Amino acid sequence: MVTQITPDVVRDHGLSEMEYERIRAILGRDPNFTELGVFSVMWSEHCSYKNTRLELRKFPTTGPKVLVKAGEENAGVVDIGGGWAVAFKIESHNHPSAVEPFQGAATGVGGIIRDIFTMGARPVFLLDSLRFGPIQGNTSAVKKNRRLFAGVVAGISHYGNCVGIPTIGGEVYFDESYEENPLVNVFCLGILRHEQIARGAAKGVGNPVFYVGSETGRDGLAGAAFASRDLTEESKQDRPAVQVGDPFKGKLLLEACLELLASGCVAGIQDMGAAGLTCSTCETASRGGTGVRIDLALVPQREPGMTAYEILLSESQERMLIIVQRGQEAKVKEVFEKWDLPYALVGEVTDDGMMRVLNHRRLEVEIPAAKLANDAPVYEREAIGCQAAPELRIEDVPMVDLQTSLVQLLAHPTIASKNWVFRQYDHTVRAGTVVPPGSDAAVFYVREADKYLAATTDCNSLYCKLDPREGARIAVAEAARNLVCSGATPLAVTDNLNFGNPYRPENFWQLRECVEGLAEACRRFGTPVTGGNVSLYNQNPTGAIDPTPTVGMVGIIDEERWITRQHFRDEADVIYLIGPVGREMGASQYLAIVHGRKECLPPRLSYDLELGVQAVVLDLIQRGLVKSAHDCSEGGLGVALAECCMSGERKIGALARFGHWPYRLDQILFNESQSRVIISVRPEDAGATEAVCAAAEIPFGRLGEVGGSDLVVCTEQQTLRWDVAQLHQAWYFSIERAMCAQ
Amino acid sequence: MKIAVIQFPGSNCDQDCLRALTDGLRVPAEYLWHKETSVFGFDAVVLPGGFSYGDYLRCGAIARFSPIVKAIVRAANDGMPVIGICNGFQILCEAGLLPGALIRNQSLHFVCQPVWLRVETGETPFTAKLDKERLLRMPVAHGEGSYFAEPATLATLQSKRQVVFRYVDESGKSTRESNPNGSVLNIAGICNEARNVVGMMPHPDRAWDRRLGSEDGKLLFESLVGKLESAVIP
Repeated sequence: MVTQITPDVVRDHGLSEMEYERIRAILGRDPNFTELGVFSVMWSEHCSYKNTRLELRKFPTTGPKVLVKAGEENAGVVDIGGGWAVAFKIESHNHPSAVEPFQGAATGVGGIIRDIFTMGARPVFLLDSLRFGPIQGNTSAVKKNRRLFAGVVAGISHYGNCVGIPTIGGEVYFDESYEENPLVNVFCLGILRHEQIARGAAKGVGNPVFYVGSETGRDGLAGAAFASRDLTEESKQDRPAVQVGDPFKGKLLLEACLELLASGCVAGIQDMGAAGLTCSTCETASRGGTGVRIDLALVPQREPGMTAYEILLSESQERMLIIVQRGQEAKVKEVFEKWDLPYALVGEVTDDGMMRVLNHRRLEVEIPAAKLANDAPVYEREAIGCQAAPELRIEDVPMVDLQTSLVQLLAHPTIASKNWVFRQYDHTVRAGTVVPPGSDAAVFYVREADKYLAATTDCNSLYCKLDPREGARIAVAEAARNLVCSGATPLAVTDNLNFGNPYRPENFWQLRECVEGLAEACRRFGTPVTGGNVSLYNQNPTGAIDPTPTVGMVGIIDEERWITRQHFRDEADVIYLIGPVGREMGASQYLAIVHGRKECLPPRLSYDLELGVQAVVLDLIQRGLVKSAHDCSEGGLGVALAECCMSGERKIGALARFGHWPYRLDQILFNESQSRVIISVRPEDAGATEAVCAAAEIPFGRLGEVGGSDLVVCTEQQTLRWDVAQLHQAWYFSIERAMCAQ
Repeated sequence: MKIAVIQFPGSNCDQDCLRALTDGLRVPAEYLWHKETSVFGFDAVVLPGGFSYGDYLRCGAIARFSPIVKAIVRAANDGMPVIGICNGFQILCEAGLLPGALIRNQSLHFVCQPVWLRVETGETPFTAKLDKERLLRMPVAHGEGSYFAEPATLATLQSKRQVVFRYVDESGKSTRESNPNGSVLNIAGICNEARNVVGMMPHPDRAWDRRLGSEDGKLLFESLVGKLESAVIP
């Protein structure tokens, strides 16, 4: 069967007329139907970054510790000392999760895990940054959001738990902007020796090319192209574009590949993720400066009668392409037979730079590999900025009962305890979780390397909506602050850019502003971007999602005694606020949740103040003065103090005095000014703590003491008192209550 | 002395169990592959957690047919100490070495959290160093860990003191709230009539290092080593 290439066929493949002409110029002829399919997935936004490539170049990607840079390979690699390194990356699976939440999220986990072990690293932990529409209430939209949320959490749990990699942290937000377009960003980190770094390059002409892992089926056909379109009501019909994951196969593939890599016979390795066999063959050839020839008839297939087009574009999961040193073929057989996994010799590395695909020895595809992989068009999209959000006038915020406000904030699913989520994730397998989910950053002990790593994901998308550049800067600052509060020194960043359709100028403007904000902040914090992912076309029924440049950051803690948690520990400990009391209320959760206003200018970040606060907190921790440290973020000081009281295994009260502070109490409690950390110290260390802060010339103040069973906040005019046990009820069970509703 | 840690395809706590023994206790331990047909040369067996053979069909249902489990059944019947943790417990029940079954958690969700356990008997190789009523802290992590057995089986388990661990609260009381999965009688672990085979859902392999928040799991392995050493040197 020969399908004629008509303008309609080209359009259905998501290619423009100009792009089609470019393909003809590369080939020097018309492409056939299979070749058109190959170009369409490789030149989709998902694989080619054609609309964002120019922006991504703005990121700082180098640093003394960066061993493999962003874009070079499947994931960046960073030195952590002692000959050890970490490979880490964050990746989205938003579109698949919107139409099929369980499998969409599960395969998202599987995909990022493969990216990490492809680098030769053993994956040691996962984080998830998730966003959904509201889950409280009874409307059909809310019920659908709950179904998506429950499905995604179950999917992550299904894959991650089975494969035996702990999910130790992350974040979950709920907002109307993510209605029908949830965000599922999965982060994975792996550990390896410097000399173990594996490359996704087809090196060595004549070397055999092996296909290993699950058989190829018709699932996930052209998933990359699907992910590069707007999500709409009709997207449900794209369900066949969603892959189906098998974590058991994923686990076997992981162990078998690591075993094969350890044997030293592998010349190049690449996972088959987006665009499957197509992407893995042309990318390995392109990186190796070689060509690859394969015969599809040799590929293990799940169903009969698959065409070359289908085999090449399938996104069946748990598959890898491995190039082996000639003469070492028996090693592949030995390892993959031990693990009872399919494998097949499908081709070899050639010297002419062509990606040549045969089917039963008949030539189906002949494309210059490097041009296919790298010469996708690069666009500079039009960007139109929107008006800056106005500053909030505090006079316009009516006074409310603050006693209730704090409870209302704590019970809001975005701020509430996420135990309903992380109890479903195995977060203790691999026996290394030192600080489990629920503190500022998760801390993991990597036993083989004798290192403590801290990791976090952060992004306040409301800030990004109201001021994309400042919001992105703050996302980096907050991630770094979270790491510092756990006792870590920030190392490097991976980012997941989630935005709407880039062809709409206001969306593209948001993207550009966020990228520039991230880039600037990463430079200031000395944390290079080592990789990440872009997800565009995230649209809810009324427009684009709030811009969400999720920041995943990794830090290192050199000594065990520096590991710090967020909750208060003992009676009579003294509480300090490091940083200003602040008074910026625009874009705050208080304004949004209590007053129903998602508006006004978000807080401003001062790099000097932020870096100063972080340095002094880390200094205090390293001097052994700090018993707990918690950053102030969503919900401000009020929420942060409450979390300090109730997030430990033991609940404990606290007293905070603000004396004659000249602002309104709601402003003191719930402003979201940046660069603030609450610490507690032993009473006898109060003097030393104050001396360190004073010497650093950082604003700080003694707030009060830990103790009792109530959280008490007072000014000269007013005293508020909450029973910590009651706050805990509101905060701890909120999501569970919402999910049990009919 | 040498302890075997069994590796099934899909085991994912094999490395944790091995490290608990070799790093935590500094006793010799080795992996034993599921295709092996004998446990010769080993003095005890650990069946680790995970999803053996993907846990398709039913947890542990395929593993029971593997060559190594047949060898373990023979060795266990000859008195070799065997412990099954989490998926290992499920396999021991499927293989008929332990009575009862582990069914879906009452919440229908996977549950990962720390729990308190009360030691109900010191008369097994894995609890010999522990006083009855002693409380232990360690995590659970499972989707199908709700212990279930017929009333007659439960009566026998109780009368022959085969319940080894129960879920309890911080003060040692077995309450509904302290039961993470709906197990009947708050049962967290049991042994066979001969007392050499123990199955438990909680993970001692994740509680053997101060850094992990508890070292209580180490006590079980220390008990085993004590038993094996006294057997070697009478």
